[in-house]
Amino acid sequence: MKFLRNIFDNAHAKLNKSEKTKKLFPLVDSVDTLMFTPNHTTTGGAHIRDGIDLKRTMMFVILALIPCLLFGMYNVGLQHDLANSTVEWSGVDQFLYGLMKVLPFIVVSYAAGLGVEFIFAIKNGHAVQEGYLVSGMLIPLIMPIDTPLWMVAVSVVFAVVIGKEVFGGTGMNILNVALTARAFLFFAHPTSMSGNNVWISGFKELKGSGNLVDGVSGATPLGDLASFTQDQPAYSSLNEFIDKGHSFVEAMWGLYPGSIGESSVFPIMLGAIFLLITGIASWRVMTSFFVGGLVMALIMNQFAGENAYMQLPAIHQLMYGGFLFGMVFMITDPVTAAQTSKGKYFYGFLAGFLGILIRVVNPAYPEGIMLAILIANVFAPLIDHMVISTNIKRRLKRVKTA
Amino acid sequence: MSEVAVKEKEPLFSKKNKKLITDPLNDTNPVTIQVLGICSALAVTVKMDAALVMSMAVLAVLIAGNVIVSLMRNLIPGKIRIIVQLVVVAALVIIVDQVLKAFVYDVSKQLSVFVGLIITNCIIMGRLEAFALANKPWASALDGLGNGIGYGIILVVVAFFKELFGSGTLLGYEIFGNATDMTGLYAMGYENNGMMLLPPSSLVLVAIYIWIQKSRNPSLQEGH
Repeated sequence: MKFLRNIFDNAHAKLNKSEKTKKLFPLVDSVDTLMFTPNHTTTGGAHIRDGIDLKRTMMFVILALIPCLLFGMYNVGLQHDLANSTVEWSGVDQFLYGLMKVLPFIVVSYAAGLGVEFIFAIKNGHAVQEGYLVSGMLIPLIMPIDTPLWMVAVSVVFAVVIGKEVFGGTGMNILNVALTARAFLFFAHPTSMSGNNVWISGFKELKGSGNLVDGVSGATPLGDLASFTQDQPAYSSLNEFIDKGHSFVEAMWGLYPGSIGESSVFPIMLGAIFLLITGIASWRVMTSFFVGGLVMALIMNQFAGENAYMQLPAIHQLMYGGFLFGMVFMITDPVTAAQTSKGKYFYGFLAGFLGILIRVVNPAYPEGIMLAILIANVFAPLIDHMVISTNIKRRLKRVKTA
Repeated sequence: MSEVAVKEKEPLFSKKNKKLITDPLNDTNPVTIQVLGICSALAVTVKMDAALVMSMAVLAVLIAGNVIVSLMRNLIPGKIRIIVQLVVVAALVIIVDQVLKAFVYDVSKQLSVFVGLIITNCIIMGRLEAFALANKPWASALDGLGNGIGYGIILVVVAFFKELFGSGTLLGYEIFGNATDMTGLYAMGYENNGMMLLPPSSLVLVAIYIWIQKSRNPSLQEGH
């Protein structure tokens, strides 16, 4: 530790020698504070200090993401193994394959995102803000595994610059950065972000070389469900869909194709419990988001009729796609969420409600949760404004009658 | 904007007249600073040629409209001036529309309703109201020229990026190779950016333009 400390102290001293290198101070300082507790103390006045600062918060969220990440790596390998007729792997091999596939995503995401952050930090003369640490981990987890890396880089740059830096950097953004990156890719390169060909690693090559196991369609459960609303559904009825590998329990395990970290319920729940116990995620947003989705799914059940998609039991519906991942890691982003306690209920409910609506009613967007959360992000300030102004009105009334 | 009438004869390109052309290109740009005529800037910028033709059309209508209204400025009764301006602009737009249909039919098809909608372009009514009604024809013509070019610059810059990244071409020439034959960059896995074909991407590009423009010239930034 002493050795590391000396390196940083030396670097600081060297940089301070000339005006030109002083500009690089933020760069060294950020790496420094990542490893050591910052030694600035508050001057003047009494302040309540808490051990948890932005960096610790971010680190906690990353810890909460680790189960999803590990599961995602395993699932990537498993899905490739299941689809590839030429290999027969053990669980460890599957995990290692997934590791090799997912790691580049994480590296590219952090390199591109932190690169942009460093440029802005040096230009604006402040230390690099830690906001990107979590986004950089979230972005790989919400991408299909076959997304080309350059697309990931472009979307990250777009999301960090247009989604965050133009508004003033960490803590000032209106939209969730990770979802901005995904939405950008979704509209810019729809063929790489939706359809049946992108969810299993190397699916297109397997298809081309004829090594694909018979009957593997590459579709996500939501893709199959959405096909019920089209001319040629993947399954003849909902019961067939459920019988052939999509029972409720199987939906919980989540061993099916999907974005890297989103498919299984258990690792997401581990993350959720961790975030709730440490108090980092708001339980208000989480529960209201869940209730919102549940209500919409129940409404859909009532109007199901012949439509097999809408017949899917409400709770079962919520296990699929990005709903739970969005509930735990996206909608709870404290920067873009509503700030008032009451507002948080409205905010979460709105997002969950719209998410299921978009997903079920518009088969072109099987992943409606992303769009719904972005819409809710935009509405958050309005919700806060309404909550605050009704409170003011209520209290004014009390003053007048008194 | 209304300038005081000048008594003595001034040269055609006096300092003041030059400013009439150069100011709208940057510091009082009709699109990025006055935020006028945004709708057409969003809609017709998918291809460079459409954007160029649209800019020329607006430029022509703006100069001619400014001169005509300026010539009639002492005859127009204040109460009905908007109607008079509309008639002038409408006539000009019809002429432009017919010319486009006659000579560049394909582009005119692409621009479709937006040529006709030049009449509702706020830049034109704005310049007629703010400048032509109070200034002599020559100054008005220069003002029209400046604002028309200012509008055109934005259109062309936005269209440049939208066509380059959305279709991989510039004015129809393939820059990145052919997407269907998978040549050039496409062979290396590059794909066109579909969002650049959608109107909302123009908003992002115009916003970036404004960002760069205002950070280069802090006097344009609004206070908080």
